[in-house]
Amino acid sequence: MTKDIFVIVEHRRGEVRDITFELLTKGYELSRDRGKLLAVLLGFQNEKIIDKLKPFAETILNIDDERLKEFNAEYYQIVLSNLLQEKKPFITLLGQTAFGIDFAPSLSTAIDLPYSSDCLDLEIENDTVFTERQIYGGKINSRISLAENWGYLVSVRPGSIAPRDVELVAEVVDVSSPIKEDIDYRKFMQYVEAAKGEVDITQSEVVIGIGRGIKEDKNLSMMEDFAKSIGGVLACSRPVVDAGWLTKDRQVGSSGKTVKPKLYIAVGISGAFQHVMGMKGADTIVAINKDPNAPIFTVANYGIVGDLLQVIPKLNEKITELKGA
Amino acid sequence: MNIAVCIKRVPETAEAAVNIDSSEKHIIPDQLVFDINEADNYALEEALLLREKTEGDITLFTVGSKESDEVIKMGLAKGATRGVRITPENLDNLDAYAVAKLLAEQVKEGNFDLILTGCISSDVGNSQVGVTLAELLGIPHATLVIKMGIEDGFATVQRELEGGLLEELKIKLPALFTIQTGINEPRYASILGIKRAAQKELRVIENITAEGMKAEVVKMYYPPVGKMAEILEGGVEEVSGKLCEILKGKGLL
Ligand SMILES: Cc1cc2nc3c(=O)[nH]c(=O)nc-3n(C[C@H](O)[C@H](O)[C@H](O)COP(=O)(O)OP(=O)(O)OC[C@H]3O[C@@H](n4cnc5c(N)ncnc54)[C@H](O)[C@@H]3O)c2cc1C
Ligand SMILES: Nc1ncnc2c1ncn2[C@@H]1O[C@H](COP(=O)(O)O)[C@@H](O)[C@H]1O
Repeated sequence: MTKDIFVIVEHRRGEVRDITFELLTKGYELSRDRGKLLAVLLGFQNEKIIDKLKPFAETILNIDDERLKEFNAEYYQIVLSNLLQEKKPFITLLGQTAFGIDFAPSLSTAIDLPYSSDCLDLEIENDTVFTERQIYGGKINSRISLAENWGYLVSVRPGSIAPRDVELVAEVVDVSSPIKEDIDYRKFMQYVEAAKGEVDITQSEVVIGIGRGIKEDKNLSMMEDFAKSIGGVLACSRPVVDAGWLTKDRQVGSSGKTVKPKLYIAVGISGAFQHVMGMKGADTIVAINKDPNAPIFTVANYGIVGDLLQVIPKLNEKITELKGA
Repeated sequence: MNIAVCIKRVPETAEAAVNIDSSEKHIIPDQLVFDINEADNYALEEALLLREKTEGDITLFTVGSKESDEVIKMGLAKGATRGVRITPENLDNLDAYAVAKLLAEQVKEGNFDLILTGCISSDVGNSQVGVTLAELLGIPHATLVIKMGIEDGFATVQRELEGGLLEELKIKLPALFTIQTGINEPRYASILGIKRAAQKELRVIENITAEGMKAEVVKMYYPPVGKMAEILEGGVEEVSGKLCEILKGKGLL
């Protein structure tokens, strides 16, 4: 029996999202000597998306239904529980994204598939599926084994697999939609765009990111002074926005903005992957953190282990000196 | 409106060293400080805010050890009506599915209009228990909720997608929402609240065994040392000077 790998295609407003290509890369590797790599596409008028996917999969299972135009976990569950139970893929991959986490847990429960979420990697050893995860804010890793079953569901953390061109030419197979009635208990209404702020942090060559480590909003002015003297803008991690210290348009990360400045200085930021996704593209990264084990130090080029309340004023002094000279 | 909130006691690990015990399947909890899971605190606050607008009870549920009473009591002090702690004999090796199943067995008795959980637990970070629970209860759900309004048996919620984009959904109650941080400003318990909490009901469910685990921790290990920043050594004066030199050398100052 062949053991096929399914990848659930993530797309929004006509665009295939990056995670899909990461999953297809992993899926291709897993499917060799086992079975086929199939991309599973749920959507409406999918032609453009199909063209994008063709080089990355052997087969595209295309489910075209107007009710799949926007993502809806309830419709996804109807389609995927039918499809997975019928085709019995060995492993179904999806992204640990706002899309994946909204339907994977209920889908796995509905059809009784073991599910491992937010995985950095997965391995198959003698038909047992093992996944590697990060826990405790990235300070510990764990290896998980999934209970024996005909199939498994695994969600993968975005950015953990480098996408490669696999140069395939997918055959497109239309699958009729099993959706019968319209659902009234969950309806997509509209997209709401992010509010624009006064400063666009994505345009600055120097970005100072501040995190929960600044502890109190009274330390903000010290950070503002620092940003000013180094010639950068102030940005932040999510808890700083949650606390109301800076506005949402200053947030860097998966649910905020992606910045690619020449210099990013992370101050009092631990380095959660949701934050790192938004700043890892900076040319030079400096981290200032009192915890020598903070994961941010594995992302930074230069690190200072110390108390920001002491380091920042001193740095400020030196920079002002240098610039004045 | 009756609301259930699922809360979890977790260690604060952002600033602490986290060590693995000899079984290699658990961490050593001794030196760590525990608190309510960050997202759950926002879920609890959302329930309290809703209850200020409508009549009804708030019931807190947790699966955990006796120490989890701390977070239940804190929730009761803030204004929740009662708490339920579920402590199965095999507490140490539950997976997200088993936790959701234990919660479902208790929550389904309660006739709730709304069930709130956090969007993620900061220790194991599965983002799985809430949506699994919704499926076991047979009710609709939405994850990563950052805005919520309730009218005529429906909730209008905004969920957070990527890059600041939100999506607005209309969902029929009863429903389950997993709450994202930042949706509100969690309150602190008052002294009076803490006194009152001592009189409130805290039901304990013990002498049960969880079943149906599908994911097992084989091993915990420290992340392999990969790429690492060049750590500047010395006192504050020295490291500040070194960093300035480096930045200057790169033309960044
Ligand atoms: C769906 C989802 C989306 C998310 N999106 C984002 C996002 O877009 N952006 C984002 O940032 N996060 C996001 N998060 C949250 C993310 O998971 C982390 O919780 C967050 O990034 C942590 O922020 P932090 O590093 O500031 O705080 P913590 O993790 O609490 O870290 C604080 C750090 O400060 C250090 N510190 C404390 N005091 C001092 C001191 N005196 N001197 C020096 N250092 C000190 C500590 O050692 C610690 O490392 C998201 C989470 C979810 C679930
Ligand atoms: N042991 C538990 N007891 C009560 N609620 C829990 C427990 N574990 C997880 N939850 C809830 O489920 C949410 C998501 O957890 P997780 O799936 O572990 O990321 C948390 O924010 C809690 O609201």
